[in-house]
Amino acid sequence: MKKKIVAMLLAGGQGSRLGILTSNMAKPAVPFGGKYRIIDFPLSNCVNSDIDTVGVLTQYRPLALNSYLGTGQHWDLDRTNGGVFVLPPYMTEQVGQWYSGTANAIWQNREFVDQYDPDYVLILSGDHIYKMNYAQMLRQHQKKEAAATIAVIKVPMEEAHRFGIMNTDEFDRIVSFEEKPKNPKSNNASMGIYIFNWKLLKEYMARDDADPNSDNDFGKNIIPAMLDGGETMIAFPFEGYWKDVGTLSSLWEANMDLLGNPPVLDLNDPAWRIYTKNPIMPPHYVGDTAVISDSLVTEGCVVKGEVRHSVLFCGSIVEEGAVVEDSIVFPRAVIGKGCKLHKAIVGENAHLPENCIVGAPARDFDHVDNKLTGDITLIGNDVHLTAGVYVPCGAVVNQELIEQKEKEAAQ
Amino acid sequence: MIHNAFGLIYTGENNPRLKELTLSRSVAAVPFGGRNRCIDFILSNLVNSGVTSVGMIMQKNYHSLMDHLGSGKEWNLNRKRDGLFILPPFLTKDNVGVYRGSIDAFRSCLGYVRRCTEQYVILTGSHTIFNTTFDDMLRKHIESGADITIMYNEDDSFDVEDQNKDLRLHLNESGRVIDMELNPYRPKSNLRSCDLMIMEKALLEYLVEEAYSRGEYDFIRDIILKRCKTLKIHGYRYDGFVARLDSVNTYFKNSMRLLLAKEAGDLYNMEHPVYTKVKDEVSARYGSNAKVKNCVLADGCYIDGTVENSILFRGVSVETGAVVRNSIIMQGSTISEGAHLDHVIMDKGVTIRQKRNLIGYDNFPIVLRKNQTV
Repeated sequence: MKKKIVAMLLAGGQGSRLGILTSNMAKPAVPFGGKYRIIDFPLSNCVNSDIDTVGVLTQYRPLALNSYLGTGQHWDLDRTNGGVFVLPPYMTEQVGQWYSGTANAIWQNREFVDQYDPDYVLILSGDHIYKMNYAQMLRQHQKKEAAATIAVIKVPMEEAHRFGIMNTDEFDRIVSFEEKPKNPKSNNASMGIYIFNWKLLKEYMARDDADPNSDNDFGKNIIPAMLDGGETMIAFPFEGYWKDVGTLSSLWEANMDLLGNPPVLDLNDPAWRIYTKNPIMPPHYVGDTAVISDSLVTEGCVVKGEVRHSVLFCGSIVEEGAVVEDSIVFPRAVIGKGCKLHKAIVGENAHLPENCIVGAPARDFDHVDNKLTGDITLIGNDVHLTAGVYVPCGAVVNQELIEQKEKEAAQ
Repeated sequence: MIHNAFGLIYTGENNPRLKELTLSRSVAAVPFGGRNRCIDFILSNLVNSGVTSVGMIMQKNYHSLMDHLGSGKEWNLNRKRDGLFILPPFLTKDNVGVYRGSIDAFRSCLGYVRRCTEQYVILTGSHTIFNTTFDDMLRKHIESGADITIMYNEDDSFDVEDQNKDLRLHLNESGRVIDMELNPYRPKSNLRSCDLMIMEKALLEYLVEEAYSRGEYDFIRDIILKRCKTLKIHGYRYDGFVARLDSVNTYFKNSMRLLLAKEAGDLYNMEHPVYTKVKDEVSARYGSNAKVKNCVLADGCYIDGTVENSILFRGVSVETGAVVRNSIIMQGSTISEGAHLDHVIMDKGVTIRQKRNLIGYDNFPIVLRKNQTV
């Protein structure tokens, strides 16, 4: 059955800058904000914008993402006609290949899109936190009779060199595009959200696919080619919260943006709910000895210690005398008695027994490689620390490291 | 897992002792424990036992209950085969649509009962809360060769004021029920029925038709009590957490038991999840002035005041400087700056304006109606 618009969500990224958080799941499946995973944001935006057909393109560690999406029922995307589909790369009679770029991923799935014979296709990426009404963007796209509409957001001029910059005229028409320019002419950064006329996009993708030197990427190849081809390309200015959570520090910051009064990003918005898979746990319990301030706490948590300016995910436990500060504790992690956490991210199911110190200043003999982490300390998923261990600021602890340390100790 | 039983839940009970809490809803739809309604526990018990066909008899004020249940999706009961069957009253030539009692209600849904292919029926009311599965009970029922097996627990609390369908059992050594008392003035047994029994479906059909032909209409009083000697009725002991919502007082006391780790751990046993309608609320947010001790809080709350020994349902906000103690605050209520509450049960959507004081007592909690403003 024909659809006006189909959304294609690029969720293929490994997210290597998130380090061990993505060692067993794709970036869009990383937990965020106490109850959510990153992919909940584009999916909820789609549903709230009346887009009911979404293809999720994935090729890295799809298990967590696949089982998370299920039939799409948590986002109301279990539709008779349409719904959410996971689209991994596949083999054909002649060849099969991985997705070589963002545009190639869509090109390989053109038959999926064609099933719905849509007029427009919406391209999204799975690593941003924002609330946006794509229906408004589509209305502008139709009104201006554009070939492509690209959502842009004003970024501070001094940071513009990190983004794809759209230079526009007074009618929001894009006149030129520069990927990560040294001397940016404007601060209209592309948000990686595009609406294309599907028929036209297919033509450009076909040409791009035939070019062996192309990176098959929207930003690098398709958009410049369309500009060169003289197509009407319009910028859709977005005002509001938008954050790329591709690095540990930005992931941490985005979580902290949910705290405070009022918070920088308020998710308690009945008109624009973010949907997520519900863990089916009881309400959280706060004990006699607990102290909680400036924090998010959710279902299944048990708090008996101190939690300040932190985000606790479902089923996490903070024991008596533990202090959790400026930290993020992922689902079902346990923070034992007397533990001290500062600016830490604790992975799913991690277990910290008594008196662990995490995120304290490095001692003279600590060698910390903090290229990825900066001043954030990262405890991986399923890691079981030993009691009383000292994890210096910026360190990354995963199960392999622990086994290695144990071996060294045995020798 | 049980494969040869279906569930039949009677939600037609009327209980004036729950006062304002049942003004706009049936007992089954009364909110309990921060994010659930009474019916969640009963339905989840059946589903966690493996039961896939559940009939729910509705009678009065069932709008709220229907809204909560929807298609039964949250309990995995939206099935092509079996699933959740909502059985509202209807008019026929020998059924006036208003049930005098549970026998009338069961009789009007015999069509559903006959269609069920399972051999046994798990028959339950809607005002008793616990979390278990019925595998063991059904096995014991079959082994013992009993006609009917009634679940009971030991309960020493007693107050005539709170009495509602208080069925007491007297057992002999083999576990057979030899005598029963209904709403006794001075109970001689502390074994109380949990409002749940198992029997063969054929027996239910026979008993209902037979009692109806004699003009009887209350299942417990006219069938179970009167036929105690002729039917072989057994008791099945349950030792976990049981809460009976008999009156506002017992509602209050039983809710407060959830602040004890052991009791709450038993009711919210992780192996048997308690399913409910999902509201997609955000996490509870604590402000910088929050002081919270010994509380159960659901998602969507915003806390910037002092909250102690209380249960807060979804989306409650306690503003700066407000104090809430020993209270139960239901969904979407707001307690404004400087207000002070103690021993209060607040139904959904209540607003307490700035600096209002409401103080109830242990045995007399103040109850506020849905959507009231103070």
